[in-house]
Amino acid sequence: MPSAIVVSELRKTYGRTEALRGVSFDVAEGEVFGLLGPNGAGKTTTVEILEGYRARDGGEATVLGHDPGTAPKALRERIGVVLQQSELSPLLTVRETHKLFAGYYARPRDVDEVVELVGLGEKRDARVKTLSGGQKRRLDLGVALVGNPELVFLDEPTTGFDPAARRAAWDMIRALRSLGTTILLTTHYLDEAQQLADRVAVLRNGEIVRMGTPAELIGDSGLTEIRYRRDGELVRVETTDPTRVLNELTTEALADERALEQLEVRRPTLEDVYLELVDETVDDAE
Amino acid sequence: MTTLLHQLRFEQKVFWRSREAAVFIFIFPLLLYALLGSVYGDEIDGIPAVDVLLVGLFGYGAATTAFGGLAIMLVIRREAGILKRLRSTPLSASVYLLAVLLSTLTTFALQSVALLALGGIGFGASMPANWLGFAGAIVLGVASFAGLGFGAAALIRSAEGVSAVVNVVILPMAFLSGSFGPTSDFPAVLQAIADVLPLTYFLDIVNGVYLDGDSLFADPTALAVVIAWGVAGLLVALRRFGWMPRER
Repeated sequence: MPSAIVVSELRKTYGRTEALRGVSFDVAEGEVFGLLGPNGAGKTTTVEILEGYRARDGGEATVLGHDPGTAPKALRERIGVVLQQSELSPLLTVRETHKLFAGYYARPRDVDEVVELVGLGEKRDARVKTLSGGQKRRLDLGVALVGNPELVFLDEPTTGFDPAARRAAWDMIRALRSLGTTILLTTHYLDEAQQLADRVAVLRNGEIVRMGTPAELIGDSGLTEIRYRRDGELVRVETTDPTRVLNELTTEALADERALEQLEVRRPTLEDVYLELVDETVDDAE
Repeated sequence: MTTLLHQLRFEQKVFWRSREAAVFIFIFPLLLYALLGSVYGDEIDGIPAVDVLLVGLFGYGAATTAFGGLAIMLVIRREAGILKRLRSTPLSASVYLLAVLLSTLTTFALQSVALLALGGIGFGASMPANWLGFAGAIVLGVASFAGLGFGAAALIRSAEGVSAVVNVVILPMAFLSGSFGPTSDFPAVLQAIADVLPLTYFLDIVNGVYLDGDSLFADPTALAVVIAWGVAGLLVALRRFGWMPRER
């Protein structure tokens, strides 16, 4: 399948801080790709370079066949952008705001259809300033979609949402995906990446530390955790060879006529993998 | 062209819906004229006071609408991320800025009509001696003060501070340049400051076309100074203006 985005060895420095230290990935057409990482990992910097807002200091980037560094109009016609922090004119109504943006594109979507799609049909004639936080984010999404983009950038689209609003946003993103739209999503919520992304890249300190499908990331880790209590104290053992370690532990315990109290054997969740990946204090060694 | 008109229409819609902007920019000069016209005597330097003040308020209006209004609007939009958002759409920067400029011109043209009506009907002030020259002066004033407005927007960092900064510039300038009455009795120092301000020269031009029926080009020095200020503002804007919020 052809690639919508190809990034190789992307570098960016702010003053003395290396925000990106050689980031490479590509996103296939129609794919939902998640950039996952803690604040300051380089997610927004990466996205803003691809959106044409920031110049890269090194490496290559291609978005829909264009160099985003020159941000040509032909590229801006085909992308939709939801920024992390941005406002729209508070004095226009929901419908007017969509109409304003639709006017910038050569082949926009039907304004009323988009307003319905993002669930703001009942608020169509409400001024933007009267919308709730969640409704404003839906407006952001609607405005990003009104130009009928092939590729949509979503920078932390559900940050600050309550659980119901997040589920609604996820449904919208899934609907978008089913229309064949390519989506690059950044998030620091694991469940969001797991729910929505076909593939995930985990960023830490400007580097991709792991990339794959959510299932692969969990499988990748290879670590199994064994917990039990000895004289009331919790003992944790992490191992890549649980069969042997368990055999040793149980053999020893049986020989001493002792029980392994509260014995637990668990596989890591994506959350464990993620925390392990982004935690500076844990070694990269596997 | 279609996009330009599209944007212009929305700029005007947003302007008139914003009560603060409409009052500060549109109503305030009218209010000042009504106040000053009521308190000043019959004549200033042998000319009806209501005429002199009307000319002065055209200058104040140009500074408020084009310089103040534009700087405030652009800084607020930049800091709110509205400009950043626009940059990811196919709307080109030049079309956007031109629409903003034309919207400002539309507003000031309407304000000029309102000032003329208020002066003529309410206070019996005379009408422009040279209508074409007056119309040209209005366009010139908007262009020059808009250039300064773009420059100021590039230099002012915060949305909270912009309206204070703008007023600190406009009010003393209007006072020194003679928008609110004659300056011939002012101390030499203040007159020397007034001698470099763009509004002083803009008022000379409006005076000429409005009261004396001069051509717009009658005073080349005044014309050159007004244009030079506008160009200087634009050059600052070209070097320093950004679309991204500064304070985030």
